[in-house]
Amino acid sequence: MSETVIRVEGLSKQYRIGTPERYRALRDSLASGLAAPLRMIRTLARYAAGSSNGSGRNSTPADAASRNGTIWALKDVSFEVHRGEAVGLVGRNGAGKTTLLKVLAQITRPTQGRAEVRGRVGSLLEVGTGFHPELTGRENTYLSGAILGMTKSEIDRKFDEIVAFSGVERFLDTPLKHYSSGMQMRLAFAVAAHLEPEILLVDEVLAVGDIEFQKKCLGKMEAVTRGGRTVLFVSHNMGAIRRLCTGGVWLDNGAVRRVGSAADCIDAYSSSVAATGDEETGVFDLVERPDREGTGKVQFTEIRLLGDGDTPRARLDYGESIRIQMRLHARESVRPYFIGVAIYAADGTDLLSTVQTDSLAGRIIEAGESHCLVCRCEHLVLRPGSYFLQASVLDSATWEFHDWFYSIGQFSVEEGTGRFGRIPDSRPGYLQPVFEWNWK
Amino acid sequence: MTELAVLQARAVPLTVITPPRSWVELHLDEVWTYRELLYFFVWRDLKVRYKQTVIGAGWAVIQPAFTMIVFSLFFGVLAKIPSGGVPYPVFYYSALLPWMYFANALTQATGSVVENQRMITKVYFPKILLPVSSVLSGLVDLGIAFLLLVGMMFWYGMPPTAAMLWLPVFLLLAVATALAAGLWLAALNALYRDVRYAIPFFVQFWMFASPVAYPSSLVPENWRWLYGLNPMAGVIEGFRWALTGQGQPPGVLMAASALGVAALMLGGLLYFQRMEGTVADVV
Repeated sequence: MSETVIRVEGLSKQYRIGTPERYRALRDSLASGLAAPLRMIRTLARYAAGSSNGSGRNSTPADAASRNGTIWALKDVSFEVHRGEAVGLVGRNGAGKTTLLKVLAQITRPTQGRAEVRGRVGSLLEVGTGFHPELTGRENTYLSGAILGMTKSEIDRKFDEIVAFSGVERFLDTPLKHYSSGMQMRLAFAVAAHLEPEILLVDEVLAVGDIEFQKKCLGKMEAVTRGGRTVLFVSHNMGAIRRLCTGGVWLDNGAVRRVGSAADCIDAYSSSVAATGDEETGVFDLVERPDREGTGKVQFTEIRLLGDGDTPRARLDYGESIRIQMRLHARESVRPYFIGVAIYAADGTDLLSTVQTDSLAGRIIEAGESHCLVCRCEHLVLRPGSYFLQASVLDSATWEFHDWFYSIGQFSVEEGTGRFGRIPDSRPGYLQPVFEWNWK
Repeated sequence: MTELAVLQARAVPLTVITPPRSWVELHLDEVWTYRELLYFFVWRDLKVRYKQTVIGAGWAVIQPAFTMIVFSLFFGVLAKIPSGGVPYPVFYYSALLPWMYFANALTQATGSVVENQRMITKVYFPKILLPVSSVLSGLVDLGIAFLLLVGMMFWYGMPPTAAMLWLPVFLLLAVATALAAGLWLAALNALYRDVRYAIPFFVQFWMFASPVAYPSSLVPENWRWLYGLNPMAGVIEGFRWALTGQGQPPGVLMAASALGVAALMLGGLLYFQRMEGTVADVV
């Protein structure tokens, strides 16, 4: 076995979550003693006022742990990574994956334990770190490159390559603020992709951008891991982890649940997600779900799954229609956005996705409004099996999530009445559209 | 040498990550390791500073020049503050140069950590680079504003003197003072945003505690060492002396200032380093 390059021993990280504000004002520190009862009253008042979304954050299960004002984001985490390995970190939102990367990248210090990292570390926790809107594409390439850890001569050498990869040659001397968000993203990733540290920490950067671009990034990542670099990779895209990673670590609630091969960890994690979904009724109440990410400006409050007929259910028949009925509430007016749903298989493979703009014109929802949106497909062509529903509200300009669930829950497809005839059950694949065969 | 040999020859750095342990954990050598990034931060500050302005770098001259006119008129012509025979415009401008540099550098440094919070939470680098780059980039403005002083001295027929050789020393003292105070305030600002509102007042008070609008000879002799503990007193008096020959040559006041800045700097470094361990969690 090759040399150990990352050794994590008993690593723990505690966060104070006493103050809801993102930063403290001096008076908060002075009066925090007085503030506690006040905060309780405020919370109660919010409940009484019935602003359902606002109270979501105040009543999560995590709150139980936070009564003393602290939360353990990482609890006694230990594992090792060898040179040249690509390790995928899987787990629910808030399981501590990003925190672990931040500790290993030296962005934040642990509370207990230690970690040893051998080699130059590059961290990609977001795309476009250090970009400045007033500077040109050329200037930002140098700035971002330097911030990510490249030397000036390194950037000089790779500059042409970076520009070619990004495809923004013509706008190199235009200030970044005049770039479209897609162009910014491409330039940002191009810089990041040319980083050549011995150890690369990557967090979910592939979750943004259009499909075309995601593919390009994934390809680049694959090249990086094959090049013998050590990579630690956080993603909710199980397919990507399966493709890129050999090893895996499954984090749950800050603790390690499993260390092993990537496939092992994905399977174990996926089946645990399946176990927690509300797969009986087909009604998914999302108001108080803690496993969401995003700005919270627009949030799902409920999603119902329906087939033919008007009763929600989580067991659908092959060939019948499928309706996904979403209720949304806007806390703030936001720019045009995408409301999307996706379906993926139990092993994490993405099967399909659709956004409301596929058939609707964009529309702005004002603050305080609630809406119901239905997405319908005439014939369900998924083969019998278990599937997961994913849902998101995404800003169409910045690709920033307002609300995002890796898994709303599970549903199953059964053979049913066989409206399209008998379904052969030993075929590989997930889809079974109706094909017509003819001799010509 | 083969590529493999090159790889082996290059020492593989080992990073040990542990909880923050003690008060004293300074890694100033990191500033040297990250010197290229420091260069890029300074470069960015300079590039961005006067983007989308009409007058551009002209602002570096306009600010001290107009303040000089106002001071000459009110403190000089009307209040008749003694300038020791030096023309009022030169008397004030020679003090406003280091003062404006200091005030701007301090304000920039104070905001530097908070303004870069996004970066701080996404990638590692020694945070001290941020206030250091703010303090360094201000020197360019000082250089531009200095040109006007040269012109003024020529106009008033004031020849260069040997005392001007002292200027770099006072400049260094000014940079050190801005950095030392900037470290304190940048760290405080990261924790308490009140600092942002307090800083304009703070800078104003500090100006009146420094010999900008008046000569330090107005301060009684036996109290001058105490007055000098304000490092900017030494800096400004030194600038004025080196440029115009008026005021105090280096002495008790300036020794006290050097002492003051050393103490302020040591405390600032320690406090900043203390903040550095947790800043990504609270900023």
